[in-house]
Amino acid sequence: MEIPAELLSKVGAGLIVIGAGLGIGKIGGSAMDAIARQPEASGKIQTAMLIAAALIEGIGFAALFAA
Amino acid sequence: MRRKFSMKKITFLLFLVSFVSVAQHNEKTDLVKPTEEKSLKVTIKEYINHHLLDSYDFGLFSYTDDNKEVHHIGAPLPVILWDGGLKVFSSSRFHHGETVAEVDGNFYKVYHNKIYKTDAAGTITYDAEHHATNVKPLDFSITKNVVFIFLVGLLMFLVFSRMAKNYKKNALPKGLGRLLEPIILYIRDDIAIPNIGQKHYKKYMSYLLTVFFFVWTVNLLGLTPLGVNVTNNIAVTFVLALVTFVLTTVTANKNYWGHIFWMPGVPKLMRIVLAPIELLGMVIKPFSLMIRLYANITAGHIVLMSIIGLMFIFKSWIGSPLSFGLAFVLSLLELLVAALQAYIFTMLSALYFGSAVEEHDDH
Repeated sequence: MEIPAELLSKVGAGLIVIGAGLGIGKIGGSAMDAIARQPEASGKIQTAMLIAAALIEGIGFAALFAA
Repeated sequence: MRRKFSMKKITFLLFLVSFVSVAQHNEKTDLVKPTEEKSLKVTIKEYINHHLLDSYDFGLFSYTDDNKEVHHIGAPLPVILWDGGLKVFSSSRFHHGETVAEVDGNFYKVYHNKIYKTDAAGTITYDAEHHATNVKPLDFSITKNVVFIFLVGLLMFLVFSRMAKNYKKNALPKGLGRLLEPIILYIRDDIAIPNIGQKHYKKYMSYLLTVFFFVWTVNLLGLTPLGVNVTNNIAVTFVLALVTFVLTTVTANKNYWGHIFWMPGVPKLMRIVLAPIELLGMVIKPFSLMIRLYANITAGHIVLMSIIGLMFIFKSWIGSPLSFGLAFVLSLLELLVAALQAYIFTMLSALYFGSAVEEHDDH
């Protein structure tokens, strides 16, 4: 059975989006933990969290464009 | 004096609101009355696609009257072409892409949002892959996006030069400065200094502030029903990312290049492997800046307009409030995204500048 390449690329993009979603979720969760432990460092944690999330998001979008 | 000023503001706001409601109302009538041969779904899809593209005229809305004639409300913008000489004419000559414009004996036609040179009948020839093969003249037109880039630039220039002048008289900001001063201080103290360092941050501040306020203003304008979509255009984000790339590369010191070509602290063999990867990384960093801003804003606009479009597909008591509520919540989210993307762009630019001027060599 022949699977069309277009379908495969879309499934691949979906997989990458799942991965990116999990990654950003993990970052958010960890940041919450960290802020709960050290509320006084919340500003720094937020900044680091946003940078990491933005980098992962970039990969997710790159995948969407490739698909 | 103060009262007068606030009255002026209120009048302006009222004007804006009425303007906005008129524009939205007519958008809807356009969607509700599709032409005979197109189904509603196709009309909505075309409408969204049209919104995402740049255009040669500033169209506020269009509607179909009782005689099935489509009317466009808006203003034409100048088209500037270089085709064996400078050609300047009004985009109204295209009649929204429906007719061929004749300028000095040459004929031009808008096809898929690009200007092609054609014969008098406007024939477009195609190759095997259905790409147009007509000659494309060099296009420097003042399109809708360009107009708004100019407007935002002018606005920022006026607002910030007035603010700067105000600081010479007294240290306390007035009016809009009270809102903007904390943001500028935030960019300096929480973005520039921690990422670039106390010693070098000053020379990058002007760019960081400009890019932050430009992207933010333009993103916010994109959420108004004016149909502005400057950061939806990959060319705009490309240029913004290019400026970051050029600034990083030009101001980089020897440590930066050392980290790229001869990574310190790793075995010799690894240094040879790492050099091409790091070189690639130089390009990927601004590339991801470009894609991130473009994709975030485009995705936001597509989702928002699709949800509004659902209202016309459902046409029921449940569907309309649902899609209204969703669109409302999503608009609020987009307000956040507009600021967040400006912040991320500034932040990452600062991070890249910081890596370019980093001095200590202990890792």
